[in-house]
Amino acid sequence: MNSEHEPKIVAFLCKWCSSAGSDMAGVSRLEYPSNVIPITVMCSGSVSPLYILSAFNLGADGVLVSGCHPGDCHYIKGNMYARRRMALLKELLPYIGLEPERFQMSWVSAAEGLKFTQIIKEFVKQLKPLGPQTQLRRSL
Amino acid sequence: MRKKIGVFVCHCGINIAGTVDVKKVAQELSEFPGVSYTVDYVYMCSDPGQNLIIQKIKEEKLDGVVVACCSPNLHETTFRRAAQSAGLNPYECEIANIREQCSWVHKDKDKATEKAIKITKGIVEKLRWNEPLQPIKVPVTKRALIIGGGIAGIQTALDLANSDIEVVLVEKNPSIGGHMIQLSETFPTLDCSQCILTPKMVEVSKHPKIKLYTYSEVQEVTGYVGNFQAKILKKPRYVDPDKCTLCDECTQVCPVVVPNEFDLGLTGRKAIYIPFPQAIPATYTLDIEACPGVLPIACGKCWDVCEPKAIDFDMKPEIVEEKVGAIVVATGYDLYDKKNMAEYGYGKYPDVLDGLQFERLLSASGPTRGKILRPSDHKEPKEIVFIQCVGSRDPELHNKYCSKICCMYTAKHAKLYKHHVHDGQAYVFYIDIRAGGKGYEEFVNRTMEEEGVLYLRGKVSKVFEENGKLVVWGVDTLAGQDIEIRADMVVLAMAIRPSSGAEKLAKILKAAQDTDGFFAEAHPKLRPVESLTAGVFLAGVAQAPKDIPDTVAQAGGAAIKVVSILSQPELLHSPLVAQVNEHLCTGCSMCVDVCPFSALSIVEGKAKVNEVLCEGCGTCAATCLRSAIEVKNLTHLQVHDMLTASLGGLK
Ligand SMILES: Cc1cc2nc3c(=O)[nH]c(=O)nc-3n(C[C@H](O)[C@H](O)[C@H](O)COP(=O)(O)OP(=O)(O)OC[C@H]3O[C@@H](n4cnc5c(N)ncnc54)[C@H](O)[C@@H]3O)c2cc1C
Ligand code: FES
Repeated sequence: MNSEHEPKIVAFLCKWCSSAGSDMAGVSRLEYPSNVIPITVMCSGSVSPLYILSAFNLGADGVLVSGCHPGDCHYIKGNMYARRRMALLKELLPYIGLEPERFQMSWVSAAEGLKFTQIIKEFVKQLKPLGPQTQLRRSL
Repeated sequence: MRKKIGVFVCHCGINIAGTVDVKKVAQELSEFPGVSYTVDYVYMCSDPGQNLIIQKIKEEKLDGVVVACCSPNLHETTFRRAAQSAGLNPYECEIANIREQCSWVHKDKDKATEKAIKITKGIVEKLRWNEPLQPIKVPVTKRALIIGGGIAGIQTALDLANSDIEVVLVEKNPSIGGHMIQLSETFPTLDCSQCILTPKMVEVSKHPKIKLYTYSEVQEVTGYVGNFQAKILKKPRYVDPDKCTLCDECTQVCPVVVPNEFDLGLTGRKAIYIPFPQAIPATYTLDIEACPGVLPIACGKCWDVCEPKAIDFDMKPEIVEEKVGAIVVATGYDLYDKKNMAEYGYGKYPDVLDGLQFERLLSASGPTRGKILRPSDHKEPKEIVFIQCVGSRDPELHNKYCSKICCMYTAKHAKLYKHHVHDGQAYVFYIDIRAGGKGYEEFVNRTMEEEGVLYLRGKVSKVFEENGKLVVWGVDTLAGQDIEIRADMVVLAMAIRPSSGAEKLAKILKAAQDTDGFFAEAHPKLRPVESLTAGVFLAGVAQAPKDIPDTVAQAGGAAIKVVSILSQPELLHSPLVAQVNEHLCTGCSMCVDVCPFSALSIVEGKAKVNEVLCEGCGTCAATCLRSAIEVKNLTHLQVHDMLTASLGGLK
């Protein structure tokens, strides 16, 4: 087991809440690990399961999807669809040999900069002991 | 042909350059496929910085620009405008956020630089596939629909009509006026409510720009900002207002008596009635549910005596359609249902009243002609207890919020009681006094000091009847003792609830409600009169409990927001909308089902996007099994390429 492994993480953040929340973390100068590359999407509801599998396929060690709190989606109910879709995907991951902990969904509002940093820190801590993700990584 | 992309890396003073090696970012990006020009500069958003971008777009013949700088929320518009002024389509300019999401949150310079490079490369990959887009132009119908004819709706209607905008005002009751017309005198100045409202009501009825539908409800709304179609149900009132001469013969002969809504059941009215003398429109309404039957055989007494033959039993419900460009919700409130307050005997003892019933007792036009008398025995109450916050500020059992106006109207009630019954004693139970408003604190203080009203800080646990008295059990938390008052009358400041039907209307308008059921504003501070649905605005208590001055101010605010839309020749809508690949679409309609905006439909077996309704959320794109529908400039391919770059490529 390689505890020094620095996991590569992709975070899909909805524009209206979670991306704004991560901006808030910046404005408040709250430090967190640099392992995460953010990708801003319009709504968590636009994140296709395909994106997550692609990310693993391209070598991600962990994937985060973060949207507005339930009930607060800028598009009324996009995050409700996301929640159902992502819960299902998480349950399916073990069947393709992937630790479900490698995938996470969270709710971060535009004001919750601190919460965003905590989620990232927690996720990195959780991913480190798992080592590199090789199950879905495209063979080179 | 491959796009020629320029990458402009901002130092933001030391905000970015302090943690990110901006030179290295520019250097690495210059070697990235498709990037033909890179530069770093101390402040890209400054005039010289913007000019640098404009100049390089022209000199280097760039087809696209990535600015690696602060969050797109700050300067996306700035840089897109700059790009546009150099002849580029604004959608060929994208922002890589390397400040808020990178330099400000990391300390290790190597790691932050590495991350900034990945972020910027990801955005270059996205830009590579961006299409040039033009905003979608939408024509505008210069008319407004206002739902609710209380003071909020009346004020909005007048402000709009006086700005030369045609108004359709829909009120569900037989008359406009809302709750304000029921009030006696209004705090903090104690001017007579009817005296200040009726001139406005008359102006509404006479205004050439206002079309009034009373006894009507909005049933269906389709369309979008600038172009809504509303279906309005006109309930039959069985009286032709044009023929009715208000002679009142009909009510004299009508044999049916039902509780009078206007007096909140303190009096009765006939099945054919005028809600109150100053009603607008000035006409009678036949309450078909109370009437023994529309068939003249069943009764028909009113029809017999009506000389101008204004009564028409054959009237049918009618549905009319109106086209409007904007909608204002002004549906106001109802008091919290009395069945929730059994412990206070409300609904059980006739002398336990709610605030609005007390207003009717105080009103010169009310059931007692302005005398304060007990409904049970018509005696003057010598001891009266007012209880505040009934059903408000009680998250466990009732409503969690403060109803805001009750502290003030209770002070008003106690004061007016003392004006009527000089030798009487008034008690007020309160949690604390919230009198924030011009002249409000002074008003409450005068009630306490000059009128000798006794304010008791604490809650009432029970009200029950004993030997003709209402026994009030409470605590005085300041004195720390239990209190028992044997009162003649109890008045409850019931919580303010969104008007019944608010939920249904919210669905019809696709406008969101907050957790308490009031219509949700788009932003609690900066957009308090807009709903989250474009073109739908809010005024008055429909949005949150408030008094008349605040309601009138908000109504004026809603009117100007409507004007700012309807005064434009056409509206611009973001072109970042869904598009369908017809070769892949099988017409399964899964996207139609998930679209939160009803922007999708199946036409000739294929999904079709209504670009004006589409907000570009992409829920459809994530649902489609065949990737047949995607949002422009954020396609699956673009996301895939962004992922590749973000994860360091497939090397
Ligand atoms: C006991 C009491 C005393 C008060 N005293 C004062 C005072 O002294 N001073 C003061 O400033 N404020 C006072 N207020 C507050 C005042 O009543 C409100 O601020 C004001 O009435 C709000 O106006 P509105 O138009 O928003 O709502 P409303 O007056 O409730 O009007 C809403 C209108 O919309 C109609 N409607 C509802 N739903 C629909 C629908 N779906 N379709 C069509 N029409 C619909 C209703 O029939 C009604 O006519 C008092 C309130 C109470 C309860
Ligand atoms: S916009 Fe944030 S989850 Fe939909």
